[in-house]
Amino acid sequence: MTTGSRRITFFATCIVDQLYPTVGMAAACLLEQQGVNVDVPDDLLCCGQMAFNAGFRDDAYTIAGRTLEVLRGKGDVVLPSGSCAAMIRHLYHELFAHTPFAAAADELAHRTYEWSEYLVDVIGVTDVGAHFSGRITYHDACHGLRFLGLGKQARMLLNHVAGAEVVPLPGCDQCCGFGGLFAIKQASISTAMLERKLEAIESTKADLLVTGDVSCMTQIAGGLSRRQSAIRTRHLAEVLANMVDAR
Amino acid sequence: MTQTIAFYDRVDQALHDTALQTALNRATTRFVGNRVSAISALCEADRLRDQARAIRAYALAHLDELLPQLAANVEARGGHVCWASDGEEARRYIIELARARGVRSIVKSKSMASEEIHLNEALEHAGFEVVETDLGEYIIQLAGETPSHIIAPAIHKTREQVSALFEQHLGMPPTTEVPPMIRTARQALRQRFLRADMGISGVNFGVADSGAIVIVENEGNARLSTTVPRIHVAIMGIERIVARLADLGVMLQVLARSATGQKLSVYTSLICGSARPGEEDGPEEFHLVLLDNGRSRILGGQYAESLLCIRCGACLNACPVYQAIGGHAYGGVYSGPIGAILTPLLQPDLPDAYLLPQASSLCGACQEVCPVRIAIPDMLLRHRADAVRAGKAHPVEKAAIRGYTLTMTHPAIYRASGKAARLFSRILARKGRFRRLPPPLHLWTKQRDFPAPPSKTFRELWAEHRKQRSQNGA
Repeated sequence: MTTGSRRITFFATCIVDQLYPTVGMAAACLLEQQGVNVDVPDDLLCCGQMAFNAGFRDDAYTIAGRTLEVLRGKGDVVLPSGSCAAMIRHLYHELFAHTPFAAAADELAHRTYEWSEYLVDVIGVTDVGAHFSGRITYHDACHGLRFLGLGKQARMLLNHVAGAEVVPLPGCDQCCGFGGLFAIKQASISTAMLERKLEAIESTKADLLVTGDVSCMTQIAGGLSRRQSAIRTRHLAEVLANMVDAR
Repeated sequence: MTQTIAFYDRVDQALHDTALQTALNRATTRFVGNRVSAISALCEADRLRDQARAIRAYALAHLDELLPQLAANVEARGGHVCWASDGEEARRYIIELARARGVRSIVKSKSMASEEIHLNEALEHAGFEVVETDLGEYIIQLAGETPSHIIAPAIHKTREQVSALFEQHLGMPPTTEVPPMIRTARQALRQRFLRADMGISGVNFGVADSGAIVIVENEGNARLSTTVPRIHVAIMGIERIVARLADLGVMLQVLARSATGQKLSVYTSLICGSARPGEEDGPEEFHLVLLDNGRSRILGGQYAESLLCIRCGACLNACPVYQAIGGHAYGGVYSGPIGAILTPLLQPDLPDAYLLPQASSLCGACQEVCPVRIAIPDMLLRHRADAVRAGKAHPVEKAAIRGYTLTMTHPAIYRASGKAARLFSRILARKGRFRRLPPPLHLWTKQRDFPAPPSKTFRELWAEHRKQRSQNGA
């Protein structure tokens, strides 16, 4: 294995670290395989999105301020989550406006990337030599789609997965209903939205639902599992790292 | 968390109302599809939206010049202008005018501004007969309801429900066919137009440089309401202004395409005051009510952008929350994403208005379709921050966020609580999933499983990977 001149800081995010470690491993190892030097700072924990979205700006400021400090001078930052990347790139500006951190926040926004975006747009890789035999369908996570303009990168990568048949998901850009605390505070609306998503997913007869955000994965996989569906849910990185066992 | 507040009751009701679900599904799907094809037919849709935003932004930035200019031009054309700082002033002006002119019967064409000030109620209370003439609005007037959509007020009704209403109120034989229903309504409404003394309309755009007010519609009822009766009263929110007649080319296009997917609405009326001497058509008197009602308070603040809104309703149609619960669940006059921003600002007395901005997954579909690119999710987030600052956060949520903040700023606590969660999951989880969690997380597991944390964190796996790699001498 070689390490090239590219160095990035890999921000696993709190959910990936605690709930989806394989997503983190898949994403970070794939970057290494592409010759990227991956650094995982031990004290880099969370972007603060949950507090910010719930309206607790002081708390968000505390968490994000710490993250900003940890990431100071660390070069490009890559996250395996569109929504956390969108938090840093889109919302840190609002959070830190008129504070001593404003300039640092804007500077960080410019060197922050979502993982598939970094892979395709920055390194220029679309074929990582992955294989999967079965039908794959892809759900666009809202924050990545609308605040970072993602979607085409994931599709390009999936189209190079040997043996996979990528089928379109009806309403692929419709929200799955997660929305952080929304999923609990407005549980009935959230699950009504989820039902629509699950029906669309099941209509594709896919073996695998792929998305780029572990938040959506938590919601969708939670619903599919409750329905005892055979469709599995995986993060894009897991598919590309051949971490999805064939059945 | 508390589920007993009115808002949550309305949400539950809506989610269990099968007729509502059917109607919403049919209508929003159609609107969304139409909008997509109408917008994609435009090769320069993005530029048009930028222009529309610029036109609206200019108008808002120059309200202090444009409003007096509009008023002066209206008066120069023989119209009268009422500056109403709130709903009370607007209602009083219209009621006093109607009394002074011996009005008995009033016809209305749909106007969200008049809904906002509950004008019908006040007029009826003052003894006037008021009939809504827009088909959708007429239907909900018969049903004793309020609009559930900015441009399609009866979007929540199925045709079966409309048939039942017409049978009850107009003696129409039951039918599921739309044309006989339209015929029945038209016949009933024609009589009302002919005997009305006053017509009340809303305003889509007030044009400052020419004193014209613009009304777009598809049924022609606004045209009848504003020309047949001898008095025409138009009510306009002070922000609904454009500087120049030339701005309409852009605004009318984006409005129609965003609202219903039409290239242009069927009728576009530019009304310049009352009938001049010698003119056969038009009312004898024209009054323009310029309604502030909280708008000048919004101007210049962190929600100022919401005043760019041209009330096309595209954000409602695109919103998955609106699609699930419909407009009435929002409780205010304006529903959907833009309603969740406007209601807490314009109707601060509504006790659960602060909850509306919570009812969003922040998916951004609203911003994507907004013809003037209002950053709706950002403003929903600001409302949430305001609610927290005002002490409205639920104690459980507040405690949870405190715990979360403590955890995410102290690596030792973070590691320890992660360990605790994994221990906890060994007891409660089955096959890597929780099927049941204690409150408040039970709200998650009611209809969804939750993943149990695996035995090792990413950090631990990565440390092992690194160690192995250095041993291999890589």
